[in-house]
Amino acid sequence: MTELAIPELSLVALIGASGSGKSTFARDHFAPTEVISSDFCRGLVSDNENNQAATADAFDVLNYIAGKRLAAGRLTVIDATNVQRDARRELVELARAHDVLPVAIVLDLPEQLCVARTANRPDRDFGVAVVRRQREQLRRSLRGLAKEGFRKVHVLRSVEEVAAATIVREKLLTDFRHEHGPFDVIGDVHGCRSELETLLDTLGYRLNRDERDRPVDAVHPEGRRPVFVGDLVDRGPDSPGVLRLVMGMVKSGHALCVPGNHENKLVRALGGRQVQVTHGLVETLAQLDAETEEFRNEVAEFCYGLISHLVLDDGRLVVAHAGLKEAYHGRASGRVRSFALYGDSTGETDEFGLPVRYPWANDYRGQAMVLYGHTPTPEAEWVNNTMCLDTGCVFGGKLTALRYPEKEVVSVPAEKVWYEPVKPFPVAGEPAPVDVRHHDQLDINDVLGKRVVETAHHGRVTVREENAAGALEVMSRFALHPRWLPYLPPAMAPAATSKRPGLLEHPDEAFASYDSSGVTDLICEEKHMGSRATVLVCRDSSVAVARFGATGGESGAVYTRTGRSFFGPDLSKALLDRVRSAVDAAGLWKQLDTDWILLDSELLPWSAKAEDLLRDQYAAVGAAARAALPAALAGMQTARGRGVVLDGLLERTRARAANAEAFTAAYRRYCWPTDGLDGVGIAPFQVLATQGRTYHDRDHGWHLQVADRLVEAGPDLFRPTRRIRVDTSDPDSVAAGIGWWESLTADGGEGMVVKPFANLTRTRRGIAQPGLKVRGREYLRIIYGPDYTEPQNLAGLRDRNVNHKRSLALREYALGLESLERLARGEPLWRIHEAVFAVLALESEPVDPRL
Amino acid sequence: MWPVYLTITSTAPAATDLGYLLHKHPDRAQQFDVSAGNAHVFYPEATDERCTVALVLEVDPIELVRGRRYGGDASALSQYVNDRPYAASSMLAVALGKVFRTAMAGTCAAKPDLVDRPLPLEIHLPALPSVGGAPMVRQLFEPLGWSVEATPIALDETVPHWGDSRYVQTRLRGTMVLAQALSHLYVLLPVLDNAKHYWVSSDEVDKLVRAGDGWLADHPERELITRRYLAHQRELVATATSRLAEVDDLPPEALDNAVNDDEEARDALPLVARRRQAVLEALRQEGAARVVDLGCGEGALLRELIQDARFSEVLGVDVSPRALAVAERRLNLNRMPDSQRARLRLMLSSVTYRDERLAGYDAVVLMEVVEHLDPQRLPALEDTVFAQARPRTVIVTTPNVEHNVRYERLAAGTMRHRDHRFEWTRAEFAAWATSVCERTGYVVRFAPIGDDDPEVGPPTQMAVFSRTDDAQQAAS
Repeated sequence: MTELAIPELSLVALIGASGSGKSTFARDHFAPTEVISSDFCRGLVSDNENNQAATADAFDVLNYIAGKRLAAGRLTVIDATNVQRDARRELVELARAHDVLPVAIVLDLPEQLCVARTANRPDRDFGVAVVRRQREQLRRSLRGLAKEGFRKVHVLRSVEEVAAATIVREKLLTDFRHEHGPFDVIGDVHGCRSELETLLDTLGYRLNRDERDRPVDAVHPEGRRPVFVGDLVDRGPDSPGVLRLVMGMVKSGHALCVPGNHENKLVRALGGRQVQVTHGLVETLAQLDAETEEFRNEVAEFCYGLISHLVLDDGRLVVAHAGLKEAYHGRASGRVRSFALYGDSTGETDEFGLPVRYPWANDYRGQAMVLYGHTPTPEAEWVNNTMCLDTGCVFGGKLTALRYPEKEVVSVPAEKVWYEPVKPFPVAGEPAPVDVRHHDQLDINDVLGKRVVETAHHGRVTVREENAAGALEVMSRFALHPRWLPYLPPAMAPAATSKRPGLLEHPDEAFASYDSSGVTDLICEEKHMGSRATVLVCRDSSVAVARFGATGGESGAVYTRTGRSFFGPDLSKALLDRVRSAVDAAGLWKQLDTDWILLDSELLPWSAKAEDLLRDQYAAVGAAARAALPAALAGMQTARGRGVVLDGLLERTRARAANAEAFTAAYRRYCWPTDGLDGVGIAPFQVLATQGRTYHDRDHGWHLQVADRLVEAGPDLFRPTRRIRVDTSDPDSVAAGIGWWESLTADGGEGMVVKPFANLTRTRRGIAQPGLKVRGREYLRIIYGPDYTEPQNLAGLRDRNVNHKRSLALREYALGLESLERLARGEPLWRIHEAVFAVLALESEPVDPRL
Repeated sequence: MWPVYLTITSTAPAATDLGYLLHKHPDRAQQFDVSAGNAHVFYPEATDERCTVALVLEVDPIELVRGRRYGGDASALSQYVNDRPYAASSMLAVALGKVFRTAMAGTCAAKPDLVDRPLPLEIHLPALPSVGGAPMVRQLFEPLGWSVEATPIALDETVPHWGDSRYVQTRLRGTMVLAQALSHLYVLLPVLDNAKHYWVSSDEVDKLVRAGDGWLADHPERELITRRYLAHQRELVATATSRLAEVDDLPPEALDNAVNDDEEARDALPLVARRRQAVLEALRQEGAARVVDLGCGEGALLRELIQDARFSEVLGVDVSPRALAVAERRLNLNRMPDSQRARLRLMLSSVTYRDERLAGYDAVVLMEVVEHLDPQRLPALEDTVFAQARPRTVIVTTPNVEHNVRYERLAAGTMRHRDHRFEWTRAEFAAWATSVCERTGYVVRFAPIGDDDPEVGPPTQMAVFSRTDDAQQAAS
């Protein structure tokens, strides 16, 4: 057995003349889908695997497929003769383009064998000369393969060797996916040994010291391990001390480490290479001169052996000195290493002569958390699931670690300014200039096109391209800045159509629907005659800046179902002030341990938002009806008076006239004059989120208690939500629920919403509807038209289909929960926005809007 | 099924002759199937002195939507609660044309001598929808010889500040040949209605215009009448954007307004053309060949860009799918010669999101775009255009609010367009532009568009930004 080692992710070029057995070898050692053969591609484009005229097109196809596979991180084997240098160069370039290692497996078999095998194949009409030429080309190539860029070259020279060969797939050096932590990822130390000791101590490590009391190892009682992001050395007072400790920890398996650009340079300097001795390297070299030759060699060996970056914890965590964009995670190439060590630069230099770094993290959209250092910043800050941990200890800042997976930042201050920076180091706590939150800027690729959003509670939710397009327009032109829209409320489905005469909706069906899926503990909440409003209020404007990146002094937002602000800036501010003082008075900041609150509520009156619709649509219908019908009625009565037989027309018209009056009465309940905020009311009914927390696990009793306290604290703004709890297994309770609905709607009330008392509820069939609305008979006139109650109309309306609306409501509910959970987890804005945008897009799906 | 109501009264001697002319017996009520529902004809009064015929149209709005006869869209909420059942509208016109077809054609087999005789007529429409209100009713009917009594109907007497509805209680009096009178109604009711929701099919438009034969050509409002017919040609299916309007209880036009449906406003101002000329001129001056029209709308500037071969690559971008669809149609994209077609691309995107597809162009034009953005979103636009796309040249035009006092029809303090979020003075525009330059490395020059009023400046202001590194290169 001969083991041929190849990296798990690589581009394998089989090289050999026709008849050397490449296809057979490929079949024996690789999965069929891993192998792309040039013959097969010739067949694809020309229906003839031997059509040499199709070679160019065939290789286009081959390269395209190979490119797709490599981009997806899949090992790919190219089954072609590859005896010509040009052909191989293309493959090496392809591998480099996808940052995978090119590998060559050469089948250098005797000429007679190749010729004989070729002759045996009836479809091969080329002769000895072709095979001989190919073998000639191969022989000339053999020695140069490594130089051409192949990182591994395996040559098999006989049938026996081929038979004995097995392929061994090796992990990439960067692959630490099996290491699950917990970790403490530590930023740039730069020779600050003392601060490192303090930090390790703060993190709970016990230091082991050598006979000269120098720390050489550190162990955590809970088995935590540090991961160093590199730049252990230079500028600071004791680079050798830091190296001794970190090397000891790595050696004993108590820590992991990636190289920084300073280690990289140190290796070259220690190796006697000509390097520019700047940026503090001179201090390090001087300090190392005081050490033993042996120690210096160990340092050189250690630094040389460091791997560009580490992919940890099933790919959920990536550590690289200067960060790493997603396409480079777990890849191997010169440019990956260079990115990991030096970052992305724009090629420009700034006023201090330092390279201008491209802010790759602003564009980062990867799933993996990326932790890095390299660029000193005053505070470690999340940018799209990445964090720079270099907080400039050596410049007098602090030394910072991030606890993983807890995402907790731990810092110790620098003992002094050890090194004066070229560029003034920004002082922590100084307000950042406006507009620095460039990572709040969203990318069109975050929202456009057909999208699939993963939700924790309802699986994958698909958004169609045209719906995304509609949502893009509304989000861009009318909505608030996405930073103020961490949530959009879902659509709510109605109960199934009532079987009772004269009614479209009745509590029976809502109760039965929940009961049939085993949800018996329900709460009925009054449906307010207003507009759904989401209220985001921060304790003060500095919280708004810190948590939501406010730039214009805003301290929250009050917005509609499509993300539009209910009011202009001044009224919004006044409204939020009143909300805030009620939250203050109710003591909610303390109780919920937060400095901002997101509330689900209803804003009244409806006319505050929908006055145009009320005026132009509803009032217009009423006005027309009340002008036309009496005239028509009078005409009919006169005609009947002179004996004309009208055959029911008069009676129908009389009924319509009454309906028109009822309709007018129905919409008038939704209008009352408001002046500024006078007359505006808010009925909160649910706490959606606070700092680090969501509340769909709290029952509605709890939510309404919070609401009640707000009402108590701010009775002139907040309105209570009336409610009744219903147990579907108790007929009396059900009857009470029905009676309650009847009394609510008898005088024109909008109706109620029935919800599982426990809030988010799972049933055998997945999550339960978060609520079902049961609307009143009179209210429905403004939905279905003044005359919907006429028996023949009602008959036609009964066959409405609520299934699509229900499915939509669930998907939107899941997306809403998803955005709230992402918000609570402190995920980047684009991740929150993705789910919020999807809600808006789904809302533009064509569903019967009367439901 | 709900009624629309109209009466025609004749006070001619032997008034019941009206029955002969209409081919409907005065003592019987009759029912007819018409496309929108059922039409009933009966006579409330029929004496020798006075004969009144009533036409009732019972419209079934539910059936109307289901049947899609009128191109309704079931997903539009407004279709279910609407005024069609009560108001005289295009459907009434269609019903008139069907029920009184022979009368309108001017044939009367029984009493042929009646046909051409002018009769003293009174027409009563208790709820006539009129875009333009009572004055419009007068404007359309008076030139035809009617004396018009038009009283606006209040929207809701309990909410006085809402004012009048668009319904007008209307009485027309005049001595008129009946067939002529019917054709006036037939043509002018839909014109007054000017409805977007209920589009009569194109052959019906032809029919209506034919019905105006003999009087339409000389009508002083002929142009308005024809234009309002064309304005009906709006897409029939609700767009995704307009459906979102309904989620927020807004009329579809409130959000889906990127396309200017109002024919009356379109290209009315030479300013629009002058603005395009100024932008093109600036682009040529800057030597831009590859140009993005960001917020291209219906493609008016694109059309001129592709007519000049200097602009080798033109990218039209808009956030409104409907605007792009209209642009595609207006520019005749699928019939454009390959050589032109190859230079033009249309793309959906938004200035509030970064879009790498916008990078690498010589110039980005933001013509009358910034004022449609809430001020809080301007930093996003700045990032997308100046920091990310970073073309050599950025051209921004926007209204100069100081000039608004020169518009007599513009009430003081109101903006030029409903969707404008702000309108800047010259100083405000300059302050914004300068601060953008400081942050992003551009220099800017300003130029007036339109007549530069010595006191209040030009109607439109333009800023031409040049990237600093490029400007330096040019200098050295």
